[in-house]
Amino acid sequence: MTDVLELPASSLQMAIQAGKATARRAVDASFDRMRDVGAGSGALNILLYQDRHDALARAIECDADSAEWQARPLNGVPVVVKDNIATSVMPTSCGSRILEGYVSPYAATAVQKLTAAGAIVVAKSNMDEFAMGSSTENSAFGPAKNPIAPDRVPGGSSGGSAAAVAAGIARIALGSETGGSVRQPAAFCGVVGVKPTYGRVSRFGLVAFASSLDHVGVFGKNVDDAALGLETISGLDPLDSTSAAEPVPSFRDAAHGGLTGIVIGKPKEYFPDDLDPRIRERCDAALDRLKSLGAEVRDVSLPHTKLAIEVYYIIAPAEASSNLARFDGVRYGCRVDGDGLGAMYEATRSNGFGAEVTRRILLGTYVLSAGYYDAYYRKAQQVRGLIARDFAKVFSSGVHLLFTPTTPTTAFPLGSKADPYEMYLSDIFTCTANLAGVPAMSVPIGRIDGLPVGGQFIATHFDERQMFVAAFALERALGADALK
Amino acid sequence: MTTVAAEKWEEKFEMVVGLEVHVHLKTKTKIFCRCSTNFGAPPNTNTCPVCLALPGALPVLNDHAVELAIRTGLALGCGIETSSIFARKNYFYPDLPKGYQISQFDQPLARNGRIEIGARLDGSPITIRISRAHMEEDAGKSIHDRFPGASAVDLNRAGVPLVEIVSEPDIRGSEQAEAYVRVLKQILEYADVSDVNMEEGSLRVDANISVRKRGESKLGTRTEIKNMNSISGLVRALQVEFARQCAVVDAGGKIEQQTMLYDADANEVRPARSKEGSHDYRYFPDPDLPPLVIPMERIDRIRSELPELPKARRERYRREHKNLTDYDVDVLTANAAMGDYFEQVARQSNDAKTAANWMLGEVFAALKSTNQSIEHFTVRPADLAALLNMVRDGVVSHSAAKQIFGKMVATGDRPTAIAERDGLLKVSDDSALVKWIDEVFSEHPAEAERFVGGEKRLQGVLVGYVMKQSKGSADPKRVNQLLAERAAK
Repeated sequence: MTDVLELPASSLQMAIQAGKATARRAVDASFDRMRDVGAGSGALNILLYQDRHDALARAIECDADSAEWQARPLNGVPVVVKDNIATSVMPTSCGSRILEGYVSPYAATAVQKLTAAGAIVVAKSNMDEFAMGSSTENSAFGPAKNPIAPDRVPGGSSGGSAAAVAAGIARIALGSETGGSVRQPAAFCGVVGVKPTYGRVSRFGLVAFASSLDHVGVFGKNVDDAALGLETISGLDPLDSTSAAEPVPSFRDAAHGGLTGIVIGKPKEYFPDDLDPRIRERCDAALDRLKSLGAEVRDVSLPHTKLAIEVYYIIAPAEASSNLARFDGVRYGCRVDGDGLGAMYEATRSNGFGAEVTRRILLGTYVLSAGYYDAYYRKAQQVRGLIARDFAKVFSSGVHLLFTPTTPTTAFPLGSKADPYEMYLSDIFTCTANLAGVPAMSVPIGRIDGLPVGGQFIATHFDERQMFVAAFALERALGADALK
Repeated sequence: MTTVAAEKWEEKFEMVVGLEVHVHLKTKTKIFCRCSTNFGAPPNTNTCPVCLALPGALPVLNDHAVELAIRTGLALGCGIETSSIFARKNYFYPDLPKGYQISQFDQPLARNGRIEIGARLDGSPITIRISRAHMEEDAGKSIHDRFPGASAVDLNRAGVPLVEIVSEPDIRGSEQAEAYVRVLKQILEYADVSDVNMEEGSLRVDANISVRKRGESKLGTRTEIKNMNSISGLVRALQVEFARQCAVVDAGGKIEQQTMLYDADANEVRPARSKEGSHDYRYFPDPDLPPLVIPMERIDRIRSELPELPKARRERYRREHKNLTDYDVDVLTANAAMGDYFEQVARQSNDAKTAANWMLGEVFAALKSTNQSIEHFTVRPADLAALLNMVRDGVVSHSAAKQIFGKMVATGDRPTAIAERDGLLKVSDDSALVKWIDEVFSEHPAEAERFVGGEKRLQGVLVGYVMKQSKGSADPKRVNQLLAERAAK
């Protein structure tokens, strides 16, 4: 066996169980890979923290002669966790100066579920500060680079996790989404990225950016890895009042599902006239494959899509301005003293937050201010309701899934988007699913000039399984074509 | 002095007050986490990632707090909303860990209540309307005077569940304000929702006060007074602020809408340093908490389980015990436990008036002198009733009963046991009585001779001597008969 990480996570677990591989070897392979690709600062800069010592200690536990442990679905599987998801081993700094070196006394529910299933957290990944960005250039610890093309961004804000999976450091990684921060970097890095239904995965331990839009999401090297990761972390959590009591089906079992009789909607708003023709062509090719697998493709419309970015950039900053108030230098994280309490707050927060975070806090404070609340926040919530209704209407008209491009472009060069608004537009096809709370995922559907292109499936609330059926089928049908 | 200053203006101006009362709900754990609400724990020990606002922590609503908040609303005559919303009130302060307080804003849990705080001279009730009662979390405690050059924060209190009860500006004058708080406290105590202890901060009062010339109907500009730690402090603060506002308005000036802090030591109100009135709290619905939906059946159930409230109990006592005075009733219903005790004594002795007299006399005095509460009083209601029955049945004299009661307070023993042990049962056995009479006759031969010689008016004196000789245990009726027999000889 050359590289245990070439195995899908489920196969690695079985190999360890069968005595053909060890967790220790998997962890060693992961750390070797980090070194070989230059995952740390100075090279790709996709990982912020690694703890080989702790990972090996856990690997030894996973290799222990216990049939019960060996049967755990992720026993011995290395995973990477985004830096805004609390782990009790490495720091949880959200890519920000203000939390530099902060170690959480508890682990997020999603992380606890992964480790309870036998997974080994090997690293915390780089990200846009507090998940605000679409390129992982807004990290206080320097930009991350795309392992497929190091002059390009890996996307963001979960760029580090997407890149880690693309680089072969782990088969499964956790990310977070507020407007597309898993799906967009998954598309840019050529991996699978899933944003589940709002409420499917507990947010407990995910450092809040915009609570009503935040999701924990999963990256997988392939669809099976993503399905395994998601089914492990899903389910009701008594520590998150917004988590749902919906039953969690096996997403991996969706591999056995077929597409006969499945109606896939092609929303015209996601295929605008000015869409890059090469992306349109990859999407149409994917739709043809889906048709050949028995699906019916139907043109549909989600008329309020064009308002999504504006709505998103009112609601997300509004919630962020409140969520980030706790970073005040009083209890944890960095504190910069000043002359008096007000000066301490100002110095700490001015020093601790980067430009994009500061911009969004100011924007959010403004839209919630007396006299502006109705015009901005209340109106944005109303339009959000219309966007959600667009999805509800389509899904109640006999359409099972939607298929769209994940992003309007492929990975762009580092430093190429200096204008924040231009950066915001890279989430134009993804942020609608966050606003509506519906599940969505990005799968690789081909390449343009060597750069990956992602296709997006969107399903109705709590129907991730349907999405996985299509993703498994498309992945099988495309085979090596997904890399062309 | 201030009272005089306030009185000076009273003929010309009227004081208009609305009160915001914060009460801690009696839950074991905090409103959004499972930390203890126990008062007086070492600083920052009742804390967890949620109430410390560590990154990633989320609130989960304590259902028992909801139960008590609904009960509070119902006890105040409010309607309970089947759907209410938690909102974030955003401001920075070190004792507010999240940088926002979770409260309720435009959709509170309870609205439109009213309570009666007394009666006018014509007997009509003085009713104060309650505009709303909403749930929120308490902040921590900032300590500015313990460590030189530094402030300290204790977050044990952060997240303790509160209900804020907001009155309409229906309160006229500091006496009504005092009555409102006392009645409110009494209701909350009866409803068993809060300890309502101002010293421990489980009940806090902020006052909105304005003045207007008598006869005017338009409200004046108000100020808000905070930092009053007692009911007397509230009364004094209102009087001081009333006098200040009257002087300003009388001189043709304008009242500035602002927050004032009451300084009890100096008996002054001063503008708060930061102008809280100018704060923009940027309220918005908390996305971490779904709307609080309460089915009608739950509201109905809590309503049906609501304990008897003070007003109903007073009316029942007047109806059931016609020989009790209004004063008796008011004192006996001052708190629920006192009334419960009285009712047990009255029922088991079948004599409400005597039970009331003992409560107001001996029991109150004993509670005070031994510093006990009625809930933990050493004398059980059944034992007090037994003692009253012994007096009624002539087993012990009234004066002996008082001695017995004293020993019951001290020991918790039963009255029969004490009476027997200490020989306080009435003695009507002739041989014992004759012996005491003989002793009295030999100690007071002159009076005895005159009495036997026909001077009947001396009988009372001699009975007294016999009672004294018997240490109160002789049955005075039989002594009289025996003495009368001797005089007749």
